[in-house]
Amino acid sequence: MAKLVIEQQTATPHPAPANRRTLWRTLYLQRYLLLMTVPFVIWALIFSYGPLWGWIMAFQKYKIGQGIWHSPFVGLDNFKELFKDDDFYPVLRNTLVMAVMNLVTGFVGAIVLALMLNEVKNQFFKRTIQTITYIPHFVSWVVIANIVLTFLSPDGGMVNSLLMKLGIIHEPIYFMAKEGYFWYIQTAANLWKEIGWSTIIYLAVLASLNPEHYEAADIDGATRLQKMRYISLPGIMPTAFLLLIMSLGWLIQGGFESQYLLGNDVVSGRSEVLDLYALRYSTQIGDFSYGVAISIFKSVVSIALVVSVNMLARKTAQTRLF
Amino acid sequence: MIRQRSFGDLAFAFLNTFGLALLGFITLFPFIHLLAISLNEPLDMIKGGITWLPRKLSWFNYSYVFDNKNLFMAAFVSIARTVVGTFLGVVCTAMIAYALSRREFIFRKPFNFYFVLTLYVNGGLIPGYLLIKNIGLMNNFWVYILPILVSAYNVMIMRSYFEQLPEGVVESAKIDGANDFQTLFRIIIPISMPVIATVTLFIGVQHWNSWFDNYLYTSRSQSLSLMQYELMKVLLQSVNQSAVTAGSSAANDVARLSPQSIRAALTIVVTLPILIVYPFLQKYFVKGITMSAMKE
Repeated sequence: MAKLVIEQQTATPHPAPANRRTLWRTLYLQRYLLLMTVPFVIWALIFSYGPLWGWIMAFQKYKIGQGIWHSPFVGLDNFKELFKDDDFYPVLRNTLVMAVMNLVTGFVGAIVLALMLNEVKNQFFKRTIQTITYIPHFVSWVVIANIVLTFLSPDGGMVNSLLMKLGIIHEPIYFMAKEGYFWYIQTAANLWKEIGWSTIIYLAVLASLNPEHYEAADIDGATRLQKMRYISLPGIMPTAFLLLIMSLGWLIQGGFESQYLLGNDVVSGRSEVLDLYALRYSTQIGDFSYGVAISIFKSVVSIALVVSVNMLARKTAQTRLF
Repeated sequence: MIRQRSFGDLAFAFLNTFGLALLGFITLFPFIHLLAISLNEPLDMIKGGITWLPRKLSWFNYSYVFDNKNLFMAAFVSIARTVVGTFLGVVCTAMIAYALSRREFIFRKPFNFYFVLTLYVNGGLIPGYLLIKNIGLMNNFWVYILPILVSAYNVMIMRSYFEQLPEGVVESAKIDGANDFQTLFRIIIPISMPVIATVTLFIGVQHWNSWFDNYLYTSRSQSLSLMQYELMKVLLQSVNQSAVTAGSSAANDVARLSPQSIRAALTIVVTLPILIVYPFLQKYFVKGITMSAMKE
């Protein structure tokens, strides 16, 4: 009914005063819809947009006692300090390397798994594997870190005892205390957690492909591998490409939970990422301005990535994100 | 239809099935292994060699977990947080999604943009921390609920479900004199159970799995400690202890190894609720996710 009212109003032009009256009348008619949304507009203003106010701190020498209003401004000093800090570059490297490793393995893994699942004719088996592989997505990183540590433990951990039984190694390796392993362990854990879940969209796309293509290929005598290569894979490529360019924008925003929980003091040279670095400076050293400068750096890089990736996508595939 | 199955096709089908079964095994085995460790007598466990089944069955680790006052309290806080947070989260998400799905709503477009933008705007870790500090939510139960009350992502999932319901549903409710609240809670929600289940699962899991807000905002008050955080503390304790003593071979003391059994028991206790709830909701969320993803 309310919809009808609006349509009538927009159809016939009113003089200004009548318009104002109809605006109030519309607001009154939609008072329940306003009640459902306005409190959350305020909520988002505080909790989502509110922290942006804190960005001012990056240009100050923030002191807790003085707050944002009274802390002295120092221009770009915090950023200069950041780029001069020798600790910053290894941390940036860790962030980017792990993000790229997670992105590539996750992307390839999801496509391969989706193609494999798509070839299964037994629906019960297919559903069972799907159900099982979705589970780790819902398990917390705390639990996964526990699993990883239990398996890689040097005292009786499954991986060490298996390698020793096979005679590959002669004494247990302390995997979690070797810097060189950290990136691979984090990537493997992340892949294990998300591979099943990330197939959902691909499987939906595969299910929507035209069955006539497969029938035609059958008549031409194509093998299953050929059908996979020339029908299924091209079928999901547009979706895969879109998902890939979307995740490129999030590259630097990658999480810090896994790095925090899997890492320790011995491997921190490889495990510390930007957020943990910001956290360390802010909560241990008390330099909040520096922590905010890192957050801003991340956001700027992220926006630059989204914009350039979007331009790249527009040039190559005529698909845009916005 | 006559289908000739070549040797290659058969070999492919076999390898494919084998590969998938292997992946299923790799996914499930860690949970089985931890269950076996947690159910084994802790001193016997140190001897190693436990894979599938406990060698010496014992409830010791579980009774330790539930006899521990801090852990018992943490279980209560975790459940309270998940129940309250999920209930409020789903109700609030449904209200926003409903309003944004109504075509006559005059602020539909600007509010939609405003909420979607929150997905991309991120003040960062430290500004967020200072905000919580400034509004006095430190060491307060509501710090678990309020900052993550609604997520625009869930709003979008629910909105696209509501939008594809027949328009007549709302119209006829309105003709019967129902206001928007009545329409939403008595008519729309009961016929939208798939999407409600999906969002309930997402919000519930997020609450149950959270530990970082506990670490950042409430680590000073033990009475607000969550299960995940307690597990994390046990984890970090054993990591740092053993990583530092990694060099010395004399690290084989009982005091350090028993926690491994307790850790396994705690891990199972924390994981079990998810494993129990998840199969019931699974058939819904695949549909929910697929639909909203395909639409975009």
